[in-house]
Amino acid sequence: MKKNSPIIEIRELEARYGEMTVLSDINVDIYPEEITVILGGSGCGKTTLLKNILRLYEPYSGSVKFFGDDILDMDEGEFREVLKRTGMLFQNGALLNSISVYDNISIPLEMHTQLPRKVIDKMIRVKLSLVGLSEAIYKLPSELSGGMKKRAALARALALDPHLLFCDEPSAGLDPITSAALDELILDLKTQLKMSIVIVTHELASIHRIADKIIFLDAGKMLFNGSLDDAKRAGIPEIDRFFKVGKF
Amino acid sequence: MQLKVINQVLTLEGELTKITVPSLYKELKKALKEEAVTMIDLGKVSTIDSAGVAFLDEIQEIISGKSEILLFKGAKPELQAVIDTFSTIKLKSSAPTSGKGYFESLGEMSLDFGKGLAEAILLSSDIFYYSLLGLISRKGQRKGSLTQQATLLGSQALPIVSLLSFIIGLILALQSGVLLKDFGAGVFLADLLSVTMVREMGPLITAIIVAGRSGSAIASEIATMQVTEEIDALKMMALNPIRYVVVPKFHAITIVMPILVAFSILVSEIGGGIIAIGLLDIAPETFLSRSINILTVKDIIISFGKSIWFAWVIVIIGSYYGFRVKGGAEGVGKATTSSVVTSIFAVIFFDAIFSLLYL
Repeated sequence: MKKNSPIIEIRELEARYGEMTVLSDINVDIYPEEITVILGGSGCGKTTLLKNILRLYEPYSGSVKFFGDDILDMDEGEFREVLKRTGMLFQNGALLNSISVYDNISIPLEMHTQLPRKVIDKMIRVKLSLVGLSEAIYKLPSELSGGMKKRAALARALALDPHLLFCDEPSAGLDPITSAALDELILDLKTQLKMSIVIVTHELASIHRIADKIIFLDAGKMLFNGSLDDAKRAGIPEIDRFFKVGKF
Repeated sequence: MQLKVINQVLTLEGELTKITVPSLYKELKKALKEEAVTMIDLGKVSTIDSAGVAFLDEIQEIISGKSEILLFKGAKPELQAVIDTFSTIKLKSSAPTSGKGYFESLGEMSLDFGKGLAEAILLSSDIFYYSLLGLISRKGQRKGSLTQQATLLGSQALPIVSLLSFIIGLILALQSGVLLKDFGAGVFLADLLSVTMVREMGPLITAIIVAGRSGSAIASEIATMQVTEEIDALKMMALNPIRYVVVPKFHAITIVMPILVAFSILVSEIGGGIIAIGLLDIAPETFLSRSINILTVKDIIISFGKSIWFAWVIVIIGSYYGFRVKGGAEGVGKATTSSVVTSIFAVIFFDAIFSLLYL
């Protein structure tokens, strides 16, 4: 895939919960080696958009292309191949609670590769070291704090060296220092590993630190899609209020 | 992807990724048996990922015992950045290398058991204390909670208790009736059924059903409240969680358990009666009179005494596992399972003790 062609193309996406339309007319391009932040007030449809892009919720209509192919036309096997190139950091980590952090990270490596055990072991240790969680390697998720859970979940999302990383509110519930460290890590992933990253957040400090591009949602509609500076100059009242007040 | 060893130089060519590493790993082991390696040439490697870097580290580890120096050469700058990011060589040794050992786990289990036992004793004393207090004052309990719990633990359990008791009465009468008839002692079926159901099977069957049905409900309810911080919220509202959550269940089960046992005995007698009257030709009035006359006041007291004791055991065990829960949804499931298994074991264990004490 060329660097200037989009890695994700979303066209006319509409999402519904039953009869209620929660997202409509969503048209977005996400480019390689960029951090795209989806932002907006609580309940505007950020997480719903993310989950529709990843087919965790089935979109009502529209198209979502990953690496040039429409995922909505793919069968399960084809979509599984796309998912192997994609990592997801859930809002609460979503670690499997019955197994250790080590085993959580080993799952994708054992299921999707034929790598020797020793190589897998090294990969797990280095991913945990990247997120600064080496000491918690054999702990159960229930023994970790909120921030540690998120970092462990990030290590799991990075297990297969994904080209694309999705993060749902990575900084929510974290102290400013931990949050800034997580942002640094995300920036490193972009520059060193040439990853494309899509983040859902409404943490202003985080947006300023990491966003290459922002997508602003309000009441299920996309109000803006472009750079952070352009958003501030666009003169859209909802966006102005967001940056002025901080959070809705 | 290719791997060659020439003049102690290992040359890798092509992509070094999670796709190519498994086959390269096998080739490497063969190559190393034939010739020692002191240098790795990465000049012809086009792509590398974390699996590739882990593979390089693994080569380093395998070789370190055979040759003293191992050098990498020719890595392109973009590859070097990935190697620097994912190399395990620089990792601190503070990370634990393996999980807990056997003895460490055994010690931890023993300590946990001791701690658990102490907690169970403390919880039991708290439950008894607040339940006694609750008889005098309803303070700290929600209005209508006793009725609600009595319905949940008692009325709703009645159909399943009745059905199972009926079937057991039927089977018991059928199996023993055929044998007794062969010896010309068919009429004693009424005595056997009555004593067995009142002294043993009635309280035991009811307790096992209640442990499985209501014990699990108690454990999962309290465990869910614990993981969703509802118990902490009660404490912050200056309410005692035992008084608010457990005491109504304790009172309710103390009332409904003997009633359930009485129903169980009655229904099983009906089941047994059908066989006795229909199959063994025992007159209905004979069956009824023998069933009643064989029983003593002591039997009735033991039966209901047992049932109340079993009820308390079920509530205490359910509450214990509920309050002790750790983790989220996973913990709730574990607490519920442990509660049911322990309750059934405890009920059978105490039933054996009662049988030995009051034979």
